[in-house]
Amino acid sequence: MISLEWVKDYIDISDQDLKELAVKITKAGINVEKVITNDIDKLVIGEIIECENHPDSDHLHVCKVNIGDEVIQIVCGAPNVRKGLKVIVSLPGAVLPGDFEIKKSKIRGVESNGMICALFELGLEEKTEENYNKGIYELDDKAPVGKNPLEYLGLCNTLYELDIHKHRNNDCYYHIGFAYEIAAILNRKVKLPDLSFNEIEDSIEKHFSLKVETPKCPYYLAKMVTDIKIGESPDFIKKRLIDAGMRPLNNVVDISNYVMLEFGQPLHFFDKDYLGDKILVRDAKDQEEIVTLDGKKRILTNNDIVITDGEKPVCIAGVMGGENTEVLDTTKTILIESAIFDAVSIRYTAQNLDLKSEASIRYGKGLNYEYTEMAIKRACHLLEKYAGAKILSGIVCHDRIDKTLKKVQFEKEEVNNILGIDISENDMKIELERLDFPYELKDGIFNVTIPNRRLDIDCYVNDIAEEIGRLYGYQNLTSTLPNTNIRRGQYVGDVKYRKSISKRLRSLGLNEVKTYTLVSEKEAKEFNYRNKENILLPNPLSKDKCVVRTTLIPSLMNVYEYNKKRKVKDILIYEISKTYDKNYQEESLITGLLSGNYMSNGWNTFVKIDFYLVKGIVENILDYMGFKNRYEFVVNENNSFHPGISAKILLDKKEIGVLGRVHPKINKDEIYVFELSLNELMKDIKPLKFKEANKYPEMEKDMAFIVNEDVSAGEIINTIKKAGGRMLENVSVFDVYKGENVFQGKKSIAFNLTFTDTNKTLTEEEVMEQFNKIINEVEQKYDAELRNQ
Amino acid sequence: MYKEQIENLKKELDGLFTNINCKSELEDLKIKYMGKNGKITSLNQLIKEIPNEEKKEFGMHVNELRNIFNDNYITINNKLEEAEINEKLKKETIDISLPATKIKNGSPNILEKLIEEVEEVFMSMGYDVVDGPEIEEDKYNFEMLNIPKGHPARDAQDTFYIEGEEILLRSQTSPVQVRTMLKGKGKEPIRMICPGKTYRRDDDDATHSHQFMQIEGLLVDKNISLSDLKGTIDVIVKKLFGDDIVTRFRPSYYQFTEPSVEVDISCFNCKGKGCNICKKTGWITIAGAGIVHPNVLKMSGYDPKTWSGFAFGFGAERMAMLKYDINDIRVFYNTDLREIRNFDRRED
Repeated sequence: MISLEWVKDYIDISDQDLKELAVKITKAGINVEKVITNDIDKLVIGEIIECENHPDSDHLHVCKVNIGDEVIQIVCGAPNVRKGLKVIVSLPGAVLPGDFEIKKSKIRGVESNGMICALFELGLEEKTEENYNKGIYELDDKAPVGKNPLEYLGLCNTLYELDIHKHRNNDCYYHIGFAYEIAAILNRKVKLPDLSFNEIEDSIEKHFSLKVETPKCPYYLAKMVTDIKIGESPDFIKKRLIDAGMRPLNNVVDISNYVMLEFGQPLHFFDKDYLGDKILVRDAKDQEEIVTLDGKKRILTNNDIVITDGEKPVCIAGVMGGENTEVLDTTKTILIESAIFDAVSIRYTAQNLDLKSEASIRYGKGLNYEYTEMAIKRACHLLEKYAGAKILSGIVCHDRIDKTLKKVQFEKEEVNNILGIDISENDMKIELERLDFPYELKDGIFNVTIPNRRLDIDCYVNDIAEEIGRLYGYQNLTSTLPNTNIRRGQYVGDVKYRKSISKRLRSLGLNEVKTYTLVSEKEAKEFNYRNKENILLPNPLSKDKCVVRTTLIPSLMNVYEYNKKRKVKDILIYEISKTYDKNYQEESLITGLLSGNYMSNGWNTFVKIDFYLVKGIVENILDYMGFKNRYEFVVNENNSFHPGISAKILLDKKEIGVLGRVHPKINKDEIYVFELSLNELMKDIKPLKFKEANKYPEMEKDMAFIVNEDVSAGEIINTIKKAGGRMLENVSVFDVYKGENVFQGKKSIAFNLTFTDTNKTLTEEEVMEQFNKIINEVEQKYDAELRNQ
Repeated sequence: MYKEQIENLKKELDGLFTNINCKSELEDLKIKYMGKNGKITSLNQLIKEIPNEEKKEFGMHVNELRNIFNDNYITINNKLEEAEINEKLKKETIDISLPATKIKNGSPNILEKLIEEVEEVFMSMGYDVVDGPEIEEDKYNFEMLNIPKGHPARDAQDTFYIEGEEILLRSQTSPVQVRTMLKGKGKEPIRMICPGKTYRRDDDDATHSHQFMQIEGLLVDKNISLSDLKGTIDVIVKKLFGDDIVTRFRPSYYQFTEPSVEVDISCFNCKGKGCNICKKTGWITIAGAGIVHPNVLKMSGYDPKTWSGFAFGFGAERMAMLKYDINDIRVFYNTDLREIRNFDRRED
């Protein structure tokens, strides 16, 4: 929260409309989320130049009021209204507290064009009987007619609520830093506050020694003040702290906060009498204890930094002070600390102790050492002025801070190229001056020094381009396209395969879903048909999401349940996603789940989803990917699947996936799933070539065998293919039968065989010879019996 | 005499067929006149008695009778057959208003639909579509993007770590920038987008998801400016949200770009007047972007003196929520099939 009334101490913005200014600031990169103001539109200072009694009333007056550019008539009922008085006038359109809008009206037949106000009517005083009886507010004679009365009275304030990007947190969260930002936008100069104070003869060195034993404290300044009188802060300090969202306590504590809000430098005040004569800054010891200001015992680690009195901690550096040296009402002498600590360390400490404060946040962003020194001086100035403090001469100081100035060298063209604009050398100079960045220009080369207050700026021309760009205004950029050669882009690597299979599955009627990579332990164990070891998250959000999955089936089962609950009947879904096992081995999986009807009209046609339909989908994908005749299905034994209805899928004899019905113990519904490894399908294939259909006639023959139930059709087909040789073009099953005329434990399978030759018409004899050979082979191999045709 | 007989038969044939209503009657007639002993066939027996010089004429008359009969027969027979077919087809009439057998294509996931649209636009501008690992090394996810250990930017992206601070679930798709640049070895110009899953420790609610998708983009070439970025963003925004949409850049901050911008589009809903979608501002933030930080280029082997580029990142969920008027991010991950069915449809 930034108070504009406060900012005015450092930069002249009296001519600015603060709402418009907020827009300008936002455009330049600091987002003013909200403009909060107690100002009321259409209030002016007026002078009553005539005051007559109302013809129809015993207490109303009809006034002519000069409001600068015109004279208006207002009917007023206040007892103290009189000619010559300067007053606050709300004009028609003004909206007073309580949503009270001033309108032109007639009061007992006399026109009235506004209202002369009391302070309570403007929400600036409490509405008490005493205030009511005071009547309208009487401004002094010097009040400028036509101007804003609240501004004249100094009662007007506007606050900006900022949403600042992290990098500007360190310079835009305090008023002087924000004043510099406004200065750059408006091209004005910043005036720093008064840092002067008197010192007494007594010197801090006589009372105090400082030792810093940790590299995490590069800069430490201490001043000592005495004779302080604890009391209330002056109104302006209290008011400003409240505006900034802080609670005023007493003049001393308030001054430390006030200076922090001015310079962004947190200060810490120790009660010198309890502190002793020594300060030692060091890393905390593991398990070291301290009771902080809030009365809580804190246990530290050696990552934390502590301020000690030589032995015991008196303050967790940058985070919170200790109870033992707290400033109390009785405090007389204080030691002011203004220091810089390692930002990362402070952030960790604040996080570990769950102690985020205005101070720790600021330390955590990094600080400008110049302000470390100014802040301690400013605190002395204010303590002298508002707490009666006497300041001891001298300063105790530990200084290992790197004071090298950051410099950037560039030509104007470099900035223009980055932004895609064309501004002249002269304009570039103007922009740098606005930013208040010192520079030298020689032979077209700018040599810019980055002020220490801008910790966010690194030594790259890009950083300068950003500063110039945001002041130049990104809204002024033109839209161009990169002027380079292009070819059409492509899907690269696994994306290519994923996309084409995804499209294929959609065309086959499966809906694409997306589920979470993180699953519960229970889900990870279910369907772990490959016995993969999972990655367990060491810091999961919840038990639901603590394992990186190695199969997508459980996730699709969740989608199934979700839809079933919503009465969706036919559920056909798929997902293609990456999975990772314990060794971070990446595998993309293509997983489908199908249940219900594949196709139906609801009244006479139903294509029910079964194993063979899902097998057909898998084959469709494999054929599409170019693996025709290279895959096979073998019996799968895994307790996640129905023991009699599941298969492993092999491609070139290598297992690439699984398909089957979900084991009824997992879900009673008839649900079929398949899962294929996309990695195993990412293979180059031969270019597609046209193949002429066979010109010679095909010859079809049927044969049926009675075999034991446990002989699979697939085995027999393989045998037939082998025995059939080159002449056999195709084998298909056209009937499978159990029951009457077939003994128990046996089944009949009928095959249709197609014979062909690409070079000639086959004769019946040739075909029959081959046909009988096949029958012999099958009969012998499977103890099969040829059924009579 | 025979002439009289022929004349009589001719008269008999006239009108003979008018009352025939079925095939059997017609066949009866055929037998009666053209059968072995039929009236017309029988005429042939007269031939013996006819003088030679008249035989030819007699033959012609008999033929005429036959032709008359046959013509009539064929006509009536056709008529009867047609009626029969019509009768049969009439019985086959179906109720065409009964429901069809549904031929359904699957629907895309809504996010994927949006992503495919974005991919299409960028591929036409020469960008390849790539992906990278979701389990990443700290090096790629942070270090080489100019976010060293201890940097506050890391706190903001509450990351799922897997092994110390070294292995993690990627918190952004930006590591794919690094991987792509390393592949380019500092020599190849780069145009790529990477739509991919990312993970952060956010509790799931209507607007937060611990898993979400970013669409990352990177272009590295020579003399690339912020204006080029703006022009590029313009193209995609207009394609997704309409030709009248205006883009606005606002200064922003990311570690791996400098300058950095936030990309706003004019509100497609209220056209800038102010509505709930744009929170009364007339503008909607849809992406973060910027000029690739010279340090990032350098770390990945591209000399910033020669090369420059821009990068951008869209939130896929946010874009889909805006485009399709969705107000709960969980819609994308729970998948109510009734909700995604409509998305199997072309869009203009």
